[in-house]
Amino acid sequence: MEHIRLPKVENVKLLDRISHRRRRVGTLYLTATHTIFVESEAGVRNETWVLHSLVCSVDKLAATPSGCPLLIHCKNFQVLHFIISKEQECHDIHLSLQRLSQPESYDELYCFSYKPNVDEKERRQEWDFLDLKADYSRMGLPSSLWKLSPVNQHYKVSDTYPADLFVPESATPPVIVGSSKFRSRGRFPALSYYCKDNHAAICRSSQPLSGFSARCLEDEQMLEAILRSNPCSDFMYVVDTRPKLNAIANRAAGKGYENEDNYSNIKFQFVGIENIHVMRNSQQKMLEVCELRSPSMSDFLEGLESSGWLKHIKAVLDAGIFIAKAVAEEGVSVLIHCSDGWDRTSQVCSVACVLLDPYYRTLRGFMVLIEKDWVSFGHKFSHRCKHVVGDPKEVSPIIDQLLECVWQLMEQFPCAFEFNERFLITIHNHFYSCQFGNFIGNNQRERIELRVHERTHSLWSYLWANRTDYTNPLYRPNHSQTQGLLRASTSPYSFKFWKGLYNRFDHGMHPRQSVEDYLRAIQEETQQLEEQLSSHTQAIGVTEIAENLMLAIIKQCFGACYVAAE
Amino acid sequence: MSRSCCIINCNSRSHDSHGKPTGKEIGCYRITSLKRNCSSHVSEVTKTRRMAWIAAIQRPNITSQNTPAHRFVGSLGHITVKCKDLRVIQLEITGMEECLNIASSIEALSTLDLVSLMYPFFYRPMFEVIEDGWNSFLPQNAFKDLESMTDEWRLSEVNKDFSLCPSYPPLVAVPKDFDDETLKKVATFRHGGRFPVLSYYHKKNGMVMMRAGQPLTGTNGRRCKEDEKLINATLRPGKRGYIIDTRAINVAQQAKARGGGFELEANYPQWRRIHKAIERYNVLQESLIKLVEACNDQSHSMDRWLSKLEASNWQTNVKEILTTACLAAQCIDREGASVLVHGTEGTDSTLQVTSLAQIILDPGCRTVKGFQSLVEREWLQAGHPFQQRCAQSAFSNSKPRHEAPVFLLFLDCVWQILRQFPCSFEFNESFLVLLFEHAYASQFGTFLGNSAAERARLCLPEKTVSLWSWVNRPQELERLTNPLYEPNSLVIWPSVAPQSLLLWEGVFLRWNRSSKCLDEAYEEMVHIIEYNKELQTKVNSLRRQLAQLETEDPLLHTP
Repeated sequence: MEHIRLPKVENVKLLDRISHRRRRVGTLYLTATHTIFVESEAGVRNETWVLHSLVCSVDKLAATPSGCPLLIHCKNFQVLHFIISKEQECHDIHLSLQRLSQPESYDELYCFSYKPNVDEKERRQEWDFLDLKADYSRMGLPSSLWKLSPVNQHYKVSDTYPADLFVPESATPPVIVGSSKFRSRGRFPALSYYCKDNHAAICRSSQPLSGFSARCLEDEQMLEAILRSNPCSDFMYVVDTRPKLNAIANRAAGKGYENEDNYSNIKFQFVGIENIHVMRNSQQKMLEVCELRSPSMSDFLEGLESSGWLKHIKAVLDAGIFIAKAVAEEGVSVLIHCSDGWDRTSQVCSVACVLLDPYYRTLRGFMVLIEKDWVSFGHKFSHRCKHVVGDPKEVSPIIDQLLECVWQLMEQFPCAFEFNERFLITIHNHFYSCQFGNFIGNNQRERIELRVHERTHSLWSYLWANRTDYTNPLYRPNHSQTQGLLRASTSPYSFKFWKGLYNRFDHGMHPRQSVEDYLRAIQEETQQLEEQLSSHTQAIGVTEIAENLMLAIIKQCFGACYVAAE
Repeated sequence: MSRSCCIINCNSRSHDSHGKPTGKEIGCYRITSLKRNCSSHVSEVTKTRRMAWIAAIQRPNITSQNTPAHRFVGSLGHITVKCKDLRVIQLEITGMEECLNIASSIEALSTLDLVSLMYPFFYRPMFEVIEDGWNSFLPQNAFKDLESMTDEWRLSEVNKDFSLCPSYPPLVAVPKDFDDETLKKVATFRHGGRFPVLSYYHKKNGMVMMRAGQPLTGTNGRRCKEDEKLINATLRPGKRGYIIDTRAINVAQQAKARGGGFELEANYPQWRRIHKAIERYNVLQESLIKLVEACNDQSHSMDRWLSKLEASNWQTNVKEILTTACLAAQCIDREGASVLVHGTEGTDSTLQVTSLAQIILDPGCRTVKGFQSLVEREWLQAGHPFQQRCAQSAFSNSKPRHEAPVFLLFLDCVWQILRQFPCSFEFNESFLVLLFEHAYASQFGTFLGNSAAERARLCLPEKTVSLWSWVNRPQELERLTNPLYEPNSLVIWPSVAPQSLLLWEGVFLRWNRSSKCLDEAYEEMVHIIEYNKELQTKVNSLRRQLAQLETEDPLLHTP
């Protein structure tokens, strides 16, 4: 509370983003967690709540005769344009918000103060909702080819990796440890996905410390072990997700990529996804285009093109398709890495999994996927989403790109996903909101230190409890689109601009009628009808039985009378 | 499996652009030359088949090329047939001579100049006509609806022999107090004789939308008192109206030099003039050609695709037209003002604006019949020169002066609104695609000719079948009806933000990408809705049965 210089300002105007002439007048309240704008028009009680952890930037613009403008950009792409009549008040709000939106320590985060009406037992159960081991056993692991390795217990080998990792049966602890020493941040090759039908596997790691000529016997043995864990194939792919130039530049720093000559039977491949800095700038440029007040078609298309955003999305999807095809069609195992193996590698692993395995296209499956490839394998959520004050160069919308790739696939395969766009947008919101503990910290070790599971709530069980809102009415588990590999098109014209996310709060831009909501209402009605149908059928049955019974009694009576009369 | 295809006695196989046989799709009609010595019946049949085949390929632009002979035993020729519905078909034909014969046959048969040789005149319907489409949308019937709302208008026969305005229909609605003599004077002051006529009456507030040709003010500011009176007669006392000129101000200024012009404020003090810049003719045609080129080049990178899409300006045109239509609708519904729309001739952008404004304002236009009626009233009767505008589509070597995708742009705009209000239209996307196809090439006579006068001269109702006769049969309607439709009596305001306007994939990417998954989704949607309806009937009948059982058997209810 000590950061709030001014808890309440009256006579604040909230401008409509598109048409500044349309404005609402009201009172602005600052609380410890939210900024609340309450419209003071008679009769309406319209409130706009902004969570402070979602605030990305607060800018005070030059004062105008009508007041002092305050522009708030949020991480969920909401933009709020306030006009505060007194400059001093604007100044105070500006400073308060700047501080409130930039927590200096994890303990300030919203998840540690978010207390919904749930008792402790239920809260603990929330965290049991997803179990990664169950997903590995769904894949058929452990098996005679892959085993759970205790080598990273207490995060001794790699402090950014999870404690539980699957490695080839033949990989001994010395090989793993040796390989980890030859990889950035000790992130040795470990299993991400296993296809039990053809034994092909997707493994992930960081770049090797090969420099210009260094070799590591254990690392070579590790890859050999991965290759041998797929008895059906005599080679494997090693996919470096970076552009070749970046990988070469890394060699000078003693890092780099695998030399095909040193590893037996690998096929090495670059797929050219740009780094976090390029992605950050690209999204920034795209958002500037989204924010234009009344752009012409050319402004928009030129801006979209020069941002390069869709090009990057295409690159990620292309890489995912390459890997999915290698696994499903060639039956070849793949090792994926980038530099540290927690950004592009996570993206590509996840996209490939979504393409390959229908399970990851279900509500629960997609949650598992994020938990597996991102949360557990140490995507640096707190750095990338800027949960706490830190290096702005660490911020990057890598996880946004995963969601967008999935959304692009949903547009191509409308019946293939159990979840809907709203599900993706809600997840996006909570990557940044810090309302739930799932994405706090940068890796498993940090979350354990922060005692996240003891102190916070889990997003996954919240989403599951509200799953009716997130279900795609066109999904049917037995539909042809929900089976097997998705053959996505990556022709440039197959990619669309995702206005549902990036212009999420510009309600006027979205279709005024939702097919999905309409179908959902129909399905609900259908369900009621099914119940009525069975109850009516039952009632008719009962009535008929009663009727027959009555007839029998009457007959008997009359029969008796007849006999008596005779 | 390859099927033989033959014109002038040639055996050949057909392949699509991916090298896959398309035998099943194009049907490979066997067409021999007319059998002159046989009975008239046979010659009629062969003639019809020839035309059917030509309609199937739809006035293509043909390029034939030789492939090196050493690649094959004998010689192999390739023909690329580029269709008006934007499909591209590759034919591979054995025998050089046959190949050339076929190419020249297609070339000749697909560039018939004489209207009376076109397919609709040879087409014999293989279906039962339930309702003759030629009589479905008669102006007098439309006027009856108007009469039930207002008595301020009358139907004038001043143009009954098409002499006053060759591009107008014989019957037009004009203000009641103006006699035909005045109309004749006004007609001399408007481009092409297109004096202001009623386009739409807004029932909610009695405001109207009129359309006309440009006023012939010329450089010396000629005026016409009758014209001023006529349009002022549509204003309520003390009210102002809006003149929407679909040309940019400088274009309208330039028109003066050629005798045209625009209404001067001084002479029309009760009207406010607004200029919008909707593109015309060759600019639109260029735009279509560039867009189709961009869509067909599979080798594009993302950057190149977006920049080509942008450079085509197609989406810009869609945005501009929709924006102008919204403006017209806004003047009528929100400002409570009457509107006069014109450009130069009043047969292109004017009709785009008046017809789209009606889609926005009038729920009736969003039904299947209502939309047909709109196309009939605001395009066919209103004199959009379909034959000139829709002759070649996107592929043509020559640059026909009058070719322009004006109607296609209108359909695209309707599709955009449909996307934004998916439950407010009784018809679906397939209906719009169907209209696009038939506007460019059809076995039906509906879109032949350039005006009502030409259609009358060609005796189309007697000699050809109307598209509406075919469409308005239960089995076709079922395919074209939107399962999500729920009548929506409100005005629907579309968003014209660039983010809201999409590329019409159903037309422009139709042949480039598989629509299987999207079609499946549509079927799934239909299935969900039909299953619901089925259950509803079942539950209702059970409910009745139950009620009957209970009343039939009084014994059960004895206390």
